[in-house]
Amino acid sequence: MAYTADKPTPPPSAEELRARIPGWGADLDPADRPAFPKEQSLDLNAHWDFPDEQPEPPGGRERSIEHGRLTPVFGTAQPLHGVSGAIRRYAYDRFSEARAAHWLLLIAGDRVDAGGAHLRSLFSRHPDNPITETGVLAERRWSPIGDRLGRADVRHQWIDPFLIAGPWILGAAGVVVVARRLLRRR
Amino acid sequence: MRAMTYRGPYKVRVEDKADPGIEHPNDAIVRVERAAICGSDLHLYHGMIPDTRIGHTFGHEFIGRIEQVGSSVQNLSVGDRVMVPFNIACGTCFFCARGLLSNCHNVNANATAVGGIYGYSHTAGGYDGGQAELVRVPFADVGPRVIPEWMDDEDALLLTDAFSTGYFGAQLGDIVEGDTVVVFGAGPVGLAAARSSWLMGAGRVIVVDQIDARLEKARSFAFAETLDYREHRDIVVELKRQTDWLGADVVIDAVGAEADGHFLQHLTGAKLKLQAGSPVALNWAIDSVRKGGTVSVMGAYGPLFSAVKFGDAMNKGLTIHTNQAPVARQWPRLFEHIREGRISPRELITHRIPLEHIAEGYHMVSAKIDGLVKAVILPPTA
Ligand SMILES: [Zn+2]
Ligand SMILES: [Zn+2]
Repeated sequence: MAYTADKPTPPPSAEELRARIPGWGADLDPADRPAFPKEQSLDLNAHWDFPDEQPEPPGGRERSIEHGRLTPVFGTAQPLHGVSGAIRRYAYDRFSEARAAHWLLLIAGDRVDAGGAHLRSLFSRHPDNPITETGVLAERRWSPIGDRLGRADVRHQWIDPFLIAGPWILGAAGVVVVARRLLRRR
Repeated sequence: MRAMTYRGPYKVRVEDKADPGIEHPNDAIVRVERAAICGSDLHLYHGMIPDTRIGHTFGHEFIGRIEQVGSSVQNLSVGDRVMVPFNIACGTCFFCARGLLSNCHNVNANATAVGGIYGYSHTAGGYDGGQAELVRVPFADVGPRVIPEWMDDEDALLLTDAFSTGYFGAQLGDIVEGDTVVVFGAGPVGLAAARSSWLMGAGRVIVVDQIDARLEKARSFAFAETLDYREHRDIVVELKRQTDWLGADVVIDAVGAEADGHFLQHLTGAKLKLQAGSPVALNWAIDSVRKGGTVSVMGAYGPLFSAVKFGDAMNKGLTIHTNQAPVARQWPRLFEHIREGRISPRELITHRIPLEHIAEGYHMVSAKIDGLVKAVILPPTA
């Protein structure tokens, strides 16, 4: 019991564990653990003291104001654009990572970006497809009512249809509103 | 090239996308031969990580062949087959110089608290990831490593994040001989942590999860005792009972922000994004470790605040060790373990999914159906 000094149930002996578990104790010595000590220098094949600098893209590159400068290397995967870009740029220019506003604005930018992309897709040759893009077809082999337990998404299944269908309903409503305006103008 | 792209929460598709190019003299372009979906990709997929932009390609676990190199690349040539650690690192900044490869200061302009990670939103630097045919790999001389002839491709793939991270999580626990180790989460990382705990001399390993297939894997792959938390009214009390009312010496949180928690936590975290996800696994860890014990956290949490029970952590005198795994630093020792037959990371793989079907792959990983533990993605050219 925890109420006396000794560990009440002694662990199995090293021999017993070695026999049962391949490799047991191979890293018993902390020196064999690569994260020990936590901070140690390594030879990393870097042949520079400070790396060459990646050219800054024309419209500039957003950065955390907790950085003293633009990092010499950065990703260029999806540059800022449009309304979501303006929201994100404001979040980066105005608030440090310590501020909740920074992250909440970025989340807001994400939602605007997703909504806009979804709307634009409706007018493209490749509109979003709620069946293929959510991967629900992977459910084909499961029964709709049984098999609900023993999976991880049971708790939020009720809200998933709203998340998926919501943008479609909003998008359709938008199309109706625009069409009405256009018809009325005639 | 064909690439998975993000279309908004719970929506991804595969589309044609411009090939990546050399943007820095030490860049390489890698033609992906195998990629994987990581549990932490779910945070992106669920829209929980700020600044995840439409069109982003996920995937920070991949191996492939060097297709093109920048002018200053010295250690790799076109045609080499490489494994790429998920952390992008420059090799010479203050943090890299101290071996903190996941904390490189020269690769992520968007944030200082997070390093650069392939396919992990602009919060992690804005680099497209490896769930595609081609990927830009910065600092090619520092991160990637030629896959040894003797190593199985899928072992190499699992070392780019999942297994290395689990192994690192066990190290963060500072295990001493005979310790009782509890691992929350029997996903690939938790299973790797449980398996690795034995290498470091654990006397007892208990894995906690809610999915039968994963608990079965915890027994067969990680030789662990298992607890299904749905079967216990209070998992913390059960863990106390099973450890002579002491609590575990070491608890490893391999769940992170995806812990579903109770409804309010789920609502404020997963749905309203007001928390960096539910802190339920982390709070269970704080509650079920013994006084003076160590909590290891390598479950991924987002940058927003979480309601963590810090008062209990302080009153119990806990040591809390955290970080993203500095993957390349783990490799030499892990190579030995694989070569000596002590571990075989590829045993975690349960599914192999063509890139074109990745939306279904994400749904399966998210819902954890079909006994899925680890899903490998096969690009069309592989
Ligand atoms: Zn990962
Ligand atoms: Zn660095």
